[in-house]
Amino acid sequence: MATKLLGERIKRKEDPRLIQGRGHYVDDFRLDGMVHMVFVRSAHAHARIKSVKTDAARAMPGVVEVLTGADLQGKLGLVPCAVAMEGLKIPEHPCLALGEVRYVGEPVAAVIAAEPYAARDAADKLEVDYEPLAAVVDPEKALDKGAPRVHEKFPDNLAFLAKLEAGDWKAIEADAGLKAIKARFVNQRLAPASMETRGVVASYSPGEDTLTVWSSTQIPHLLKTNLAVMTGTDEARCRVIAPEVGGAFGSKLNVYGEEGVACFASKKLGRPVKWIEGRRENLQATIHGRDQINELEVYARPDGLIVGLRCRVIADLGAYHQLLTPAIPTLTALMIVGSYKIPNVFVETKGVFTNKMATDAYRGAGRPEATYIIERAMDLVARELKMDPVDVRMKNFPESKEFPLALATGVTYDTANYQKTLKKVLKLGGYGKLRREQERLRKKGKYIGLGLSTYVEICAMGPSSRMPAGGWEYGTVRVERTGKATVLSGTSPHGQGEQTSFAQIVAEGLGIPYDDVTVYHGDTAVVPLGIGTFGSRTTAVGGTAIHLATERLKKKMARIAAHKLGVKPGELVFEDETIRTPDGSKSMAFAEVVNEAYNATSLPPGIEPGLAEQSVFEPPNYTFPFGAHLAVVEVDAETGEVRLRNYYAVDDCGRVLNPMLVDGQIHGGLAQGIGQALWEEHVYDENGQLITGTFMDYAVPKAPHFSWFETASTETRTPVNPLGVKGVGEAGTIASTPAIVNAVMDALAPFGVRHLDMPLKPEKIWRAIEKGRARAA
Amino acid sequence: MITEPFGYHAPKSLSEAVRLVAQFGADGKVLAGGHSLIPLMKLRLASPKHLVDIGGISDLSYIREDGDEIQIGATTTHFRIESSDLLKTKCPLLPETAGEIGDAQVRNKGTMGGSLAHSDPAGDWPAAILALDAEIQAVSARGERWIPAREFFVDLLATALKGDEILTAIRLPALPSRAGDAYLKLHHPASGFAVVGAAARLVLGENGSIERAALGITGIGPKAYRAAAVESALAGKSPTTKRLEEASAHAADGVDANSDLYASAEYRSHLARVYTRRAIEKALERAQERTDGR
Ligand SMILES: Cc1cc2nc3c(=O)[nH]c(=O)nc-3n(C[C@H](O)[C@H](O)[C@H](O)COP(=O)(O)OP(=O)(O)OC[C@H]3O[C@@H](n4cnc5c(N)ncnc54)[C@H](O)[C@@H]3O)c2cc1C
Repeated sequence: MATKLLGERIKRKEDPRLIQGRGHYVDDFRLDGMVHMVFVRSAHAHARIKSVKTDAARAMPGVVEVLTGADLQGKLGLVPCAVAMEGLKIPEHPCLALGEVRYVGEPVAAVIAAEPYAARDAADKLEVDYEPLAAVVDPEKALDKGAPRVHEKFPDNLAFLAKLEAGDWKAIEADAGLKAIKARFVNQRLAPASMETRGVVASYSPGEDTLTVWSSTQIPHLLKTNLAVMTGTDEARCRVIAPEVGGAFGSKLNVYGEEGVACFASKKLGRPVKWIEGRRENLQATIHGRDQINELEVYARPDGLIVGLRCRVIADLGAYHQLLTPAIPTLTALMIVGSYKIPNVFVETKGVFTNKMATDAYRGAGRPEATYIIERAMDLVARELKMDPVDVRMKNFPESKEFPLALATGVTYDTANYQKTLKKVLKLGGYGKLRREQERLRKKGKYIGLGLSTYVEICAMGPSSRMPAGGWEYGTVRVERTGKATVLSGTSPHGQGEQTSFAQIVAEGLGIPYDDVTVYHGDTAVVPLGIGTFGSRTTAVGGTAIHLATERLKKKMARIAAHKLGVKPGELVFEDETIRTPDGSKSMAFAEVVNEAYNATSLPPGIEPGLAEQSVFEPPNYTFPFGAHLAVVEVDAETGEVRLRNYYAVDDCGRVLNPMLVDGQIHGGLAQGIGQALWEEHVYDENGQLITGTFMDYAVPKAPHFSWFETASTETRTPVNPLGVKGVGEAGTIASTPAIVNAVMDALAPFGVRHLDMPLKPEKIWRAIEKGRARAA
Repeated sequence: MITEPFGYHAPKSLSEAVRLVAQFGADGKVLAGGHSLIPLMKLRLASPKHLVDIGGISDLSYIREDGDEIQIGATTTHFRIESSDLLKTKCPLLPETAGEIGDAQVRNKGTMGGSLAHSDPAGDWPAAILALDAEIQAVSARGERWIPAREFFVDLLATALKGDEILTAIRLPALPSRAGDAYLKLHHPASGFAVVGAAARLVLGENGSIERAALGITGIGPKAYRAAAVESALAGKSPTTKRLEEASAHAADGVDANSDLYASAEYRSHLARVYTRRAIEKALERAQERTDGR
């Protein structure tokens, strides 16, 4: 019997080395002659740079170079933004500030020395003379006439205005039978805060004229192209390596100025240059996530059917565009109807410049905001109409037979059964029983709350027509002479575990042991083409490329075997390291076929020697995973503290290749989504100073913050790819935030509290309760 | 996150440490667990020219019972206190408090002496030490002295220790009969420090009334304090729900409460009152259990 691999809980190939501290991250690479770089960053949110004096810094022991914006001008390209949008303002974004700084943490100069300590000490000696300018921090105020401008060359701070409009709004407005439910939500700014900060080693070799870059990145191939262009290096002489990457969450789906400066400096000095980001820098100057204000109107019939949704989105983009900055809030509009068939939709999105770090993709990237809007809206509708939140959701779900389903937002959902996941989570959590317990406890002055989120998300990014730099993915499967299989993927996993799941695909396909398959990714000299890992695409798009390459290789091996065995190639099966007819009457060992392929003495006509096949998969559509989550919280009415009592998650991410990997993604995602609901906020004061600049103030969730997560799944495959997989990298984050807020608002219902913005800090809740009590008295 | 340059010294004896501290004066700093000092140095908010690491002085790390007293060496880690069987029976407030500090790594490195010497306004030990009426031993080339806890915490990050003194030990009375302790804390979600921490010790009289109450409160003001008004409102009274409530209402009296992104002064004061009441209730319950011989 062949061992079954797909769908099994196979332990991760990645873990032994990572758990034992034997993996290699960027900082573990030490090259001969390597020098160390630190950045001097702006302490001002907005200021003119009058002068930068480098002499004292240069005079410090061990210093080999000091670079300022002026040194790079015309020699190093700008930080790229890949987004093309009608009317989008793209400010010039130099790798080191030139003339003006526009956010706290903006790099102003780079100091390079023989030792990191020497570089750091010398950085303190750099003298920058600033003339402070008025800063604009609040995105709504930034839109006021006469507000200080972040970029003088633009007439205002509006970076773009995008509209999505569908349906018959005149009819909606004329319909007196509809109830309009309004709300305003602030989706606060967050820090991705990956455990490994950013880091880069750039090594230019003058003899070979090659540039090799180790970077903690999610997109080595795209980074290679961009660094080649920025530094004026022949791309064929550039190589980017993403070694172990200790978390990214979207923040390393980018091309950063610091990477450009490292390459420039290495070329200038002819020596390897290393930069390792500190935690404070990471919180200041690695992209931030979210930061939207949403003004919402929902139109519902008295029976709970929602017929219209209108939303004004103000998206705080920060001072400059990073790679995808302006595209992120447009994903909010795309997914705003969630899992409900709402025919009339209007979304107006304003992208706004402020004197803050750029926002960009952070786990979920625009979709958590959409899910928050629609899932909070469902609960507000339920409360307004005095319905159970379950019933409002059931009322608005499409039936599973309606899929593929084209929505007013312009996307076509592939497959779903929303009713099934919702029913399953209600059963898992014992919803009816919980509601009765809630009633009982309220009478005793104890307040528990139940919160649902029946989310849908958009994954497997994506069809190239809708992506800024292609949405395909590359894969190679090669069987070596010894029968071991080497897999190359253009994706760049950094914790997700595809060295495991891709090996499962190949081992099961070829009928060889799982341990005989090794997966490589993240090195542009090893993997010819690639896009990277983001947008829950790695398995659905990259895994499909691996699957297709495996199929091609099997076809070839079957032809070789068939030629020997005198059978038709199509009838051969691959199992237990043999290739045989289904009845087993004729067979060849896998190893024998490999020998035939490499020795090439009697190959069938038209078959080339060797065993390596590749595939580039272009996805015809996105995929749309979905699920239903139920949070149970307890609010201490005396202090406002929230305790997470239970969390139930039923997720449908299509076909599951390895349930353990899915659990890992869900758990981590839940932690981040719950973190946003309860604890995390990245806060600037009115002068643009970052006041959550260390982990003393920025609350990254930790294990003791959570109760046990109970997870379950349903499996609705997608026809978008032959594996039937959808993606799960962001589901937990997307789903959990509104589930928690809905639960807390449900707990606070007896006090007449309708909405509080995140994070739901105890003081906020305490005040709302006190106010409710005063109103009642 | 790189510190400024500094010299590192690892004396093997207390006398050598005392000599080095005197020699470096304002340029030197004692290093214990490093879990408050090193972060400050990495942020370049502190830049001592010399560190005198007392971690290698073996006779500064101990937990000892001495008659009715407990004595703890300055470099005893939070974890050792948290897991001490002796303390769990003789002074359970200490393991309970230790268990609330930071995370496992912090408790494995951080020391009680370091924590007291640092006197973080949101640190946990000061509350317990105040409630227990502990005494703190300071040693310098000039000799040694014992400082009562009430006199030890002077202001924000400032203690009664002189620049040349090393904190060497903490001594405190064991839990008397008919007494109960409790430490309750609201953790800041980022730092893990106390937004409020209330340490209570209650000693009951033979008739079940409160003979003596001691309340140490941290996290609220610039330094930890004894809630004297609460204590006097309880002393000699029978512990009715109403009385506990009324007494606790004085928990933040006269305190200039901190305000930050997480909690305003008003809310902090409210928390001080609620946590004080709950700590007293819990200490009372425990005292009653012990008195009943349960
Ligand atoms: C992530 C994190 C979370 C934390 N959470 C908490 C928490 O929840 N609650 C809490 O109370 N604390 C917390 N702490 C602080 C921790 O308890 C520290 O260990 C403690 O505050 C200082 O002890 P230390 O031994 O590390 O002292 P060090 O950092 O070595 O020293 C602190 C200061 O005291 C001085 N000093 C140290 N020992 C002596 C001595 N014997 N004599 C004279 N001076 C001395 C030093 O010179 C320095 O100024 C946390 C720390 C971290 C890093």
